[in-house]
Amino acid sequence: MAKETLNEDLITGQQTYVSLDNTIGSMVLDGKRHKKNWYVMLGIAFMLLNGFMLAVGWLLYQGVGVWGNNVPTGWAFDIINFVWWIGIGHAGTLISAILLLVRQQWRNSINRFAEAMTLFAVLCAAQYPLLHTGRPWVAAYWLMPYPNIMGLWPQFRSPLIWDVFAVTTYALVSILFWFVGLIPDLATLRDKSTNKIGQKIFGFLSLGWRGSMKHWHRYEQAYLLLAGLSTPLVLSVHTIVSYDFAMSIVPGWNVTVFPPYFVAGAVFAGFAMVLLIGLPLRAWYGLKDMITMKHIDWMCKIMLATGLIVFYGYFLEVFYAYYSANPAEISLAEWRFYGPYSPAYWALIICNGIIPQLLWVPKFRRNLPLVFIVCLFISVGMWLERFVIIPMSLMKNYLPASDRFYYPTIVDFTMFFGTIGLFFFMMWLFIRFLPVINMFEMKDLLFKQNLKKEKEAEEKQEAGVH
Amino acid sequence: MFHRSAPKAYGVVAEFDSPELLIAAAKKTREAGYKKLDAYTPFPIHGLVDAVGFKDEKVPWIVFMGGIVGATAGYLLQYYTSVIDYPLNVGGKPLNSVPMFFPVTYECTILFASFGAFLGMLALNKLPQPYHGVFNTPNFERASQDKFFLAVEANDTQFDEVETKKFMESLDANNVSLVKESPGVEE
Repeated sequence: MAKETLNEDLITGQQTYVSLDNTIGSMVLDGKRHKKNWYVMLGIAFMLLNGFMLAVGWLLYQGVGVWGNNVPTGWAFDIINFVWWIGIGHAGTLISAILLLVRQQWRNSINRFAEAMTLFAVLCAAQYPLLHTGRPWVAAYWLMPYPNIMGLWPQFRSPLIWDVFAVTTYALVSILFWFVGLIPDLATLRDKSTNKIGQKIFGFLSLGWRGSMKHWHRYEQAYLLLAGLSTPLVLSVHTIVSYDFAMSIVPGWNVTVFPPYFVAGAVFAGFAMVLLIGLPLRAWYGLKDMITMKHIDWMCKIMLATGLIVFYGYFLEVFYAYYSANPAEISLAEWRFYGPYSPAYWALIICNGIIPQLLWVPKFRRNLPLVFIVCLFISVGMWLERFVIIPMSLMKNYLPASDRFYYPTIVDFTMFFGTIGLFFFMMWLFIRFLPVINMFEMKDLLFKQNLKKEKEAEEKQEAGVH
Repeated sequence: MFHRSAPKAYGVVAEFDSPELLIAAAKKTREAGYKKLDAYTPFPIHGLVDAVGFKDEKVPWIVFMGGIVGATAGYLLQYYTSVIDYPLNVGGKPLNSVPMFFPVTYECTILFASFGAFLGMLALNKLPQPYHGVFNTPNFERASQDKFFLAVEANDTQFDEVETKKFMESLDANNVSLVKESPGVEE
């Protein structure tokens, strides 16, 4: 077995195939690697999850009146949180699909947990469209085209039904992509596992994967094609989410900049979440050799770039409002600047526009606590962005007589924090029971880096001879 | 486990330490005239498929067909529901509102194509297959970790339990073994 040092950029330390497998695989196979931190985080998440259950129970018992939604603010926390979660999910697909297509090998160590993050974020997002109908089991025929006895079909000219198709497709394709990536790793765990139950479960899940060269050949084709399909999918999902707004005539919503600005915002929020999970993970589980400073540096740069696009979007919104010369649009812009909810608007500008500018400085990008705090601000900022766009636009309409103020209720907040609980609960279970880093891709990376090093060494030698 | 007759051979399997050794051995085995080769590795190794002479491009075609089926199904669903089964005038838009039907058609295309990739890959690989003769190879659990295996299958016309094994032993392998289809009379 070759024992060589690796490319210091992507994997550091003296690593072998076995050491990579052990570092990652033992997180699943050896429960002792999970210390107090894991239990504490799982406990907090579980408490929040219980809050979610209570809020949902109360909602189903009483109806959507327990939320702060009113007329004209028919959309509020339900859609804010939906868009926020879907956006967070997008970074996972971006990392796993787009970075794969453009051959960014640094993705190999973060794609697995970013994909898991996508799945759980979409799961959280899906709660809201289902629950905002109040009686989801009665309302199914609004969402899905199934032949019901009323002879009704969904309205396919509405962006809302596009959204259902986009999000359903996104959830299913993300699961496929994630599972396909897991198959060889599950086989590794099956072979490494020393107890009967583990062998049975991983053996079942790995579908009898045996690493045949013929299988790998088709596997790689399928994986690359799934990446190629996920890329236009991820761009279309948030575009269609933004159509929910942009296709309407509500002041502040009817803007053509929404699709690109939403997609950029999604990536921005998603990378912040990847770092919020990745930073503690690498510290607590000794994954610093695999999720290196270089990775963090690159992720910060992506956040900076997408953050600037988002910031540009905020400028454009204001520009469009005044340029349109439409009194409703102008008064909405001023309502955002000076209205009763203006603190939310200015907090948004600070969180998403000003604070991420710190990432220009290389020294700050290497300061991990600072990066963590910036990511927290970005997450809050992206939530505020949706708050500013959704209820703040709906409160003020064309007819001043129909304006009405919106207040969220305690149930709204319990449900929101509840989905955060659901997300982290799933995430920590994932960390315990499945490999957080793609083992076979890491080995592949190790092999390629060894080759590269050898070649460089040879060239050096040759240059020395001549 | 008891067998009335000795189990059939799966083939001769050799274990290697590195992908380079495996590729070199695969090339030699092919030059020696063996056709039914397979290799088992912990991660995909580029160049191996060429060394063994294996090519299969059915998956991309399945994905393509999936995409076409998805696009057609997606559009027809909307056409049937909005034009034939429940024609409803919304703001004077035509019943067959082509641009409005685009997003759902697009999503269905991707959905069906993705399932094509997933199911096509599994079907062509004949997975799930919980049992396979090669699992009887000694040390085979390392095939998913850090060892590289080359197999000459018993259905090769040139295959001979003794001769093939002798040949494989000349290839820098750690270990060469004759592997049976089922465990029991191993080695």
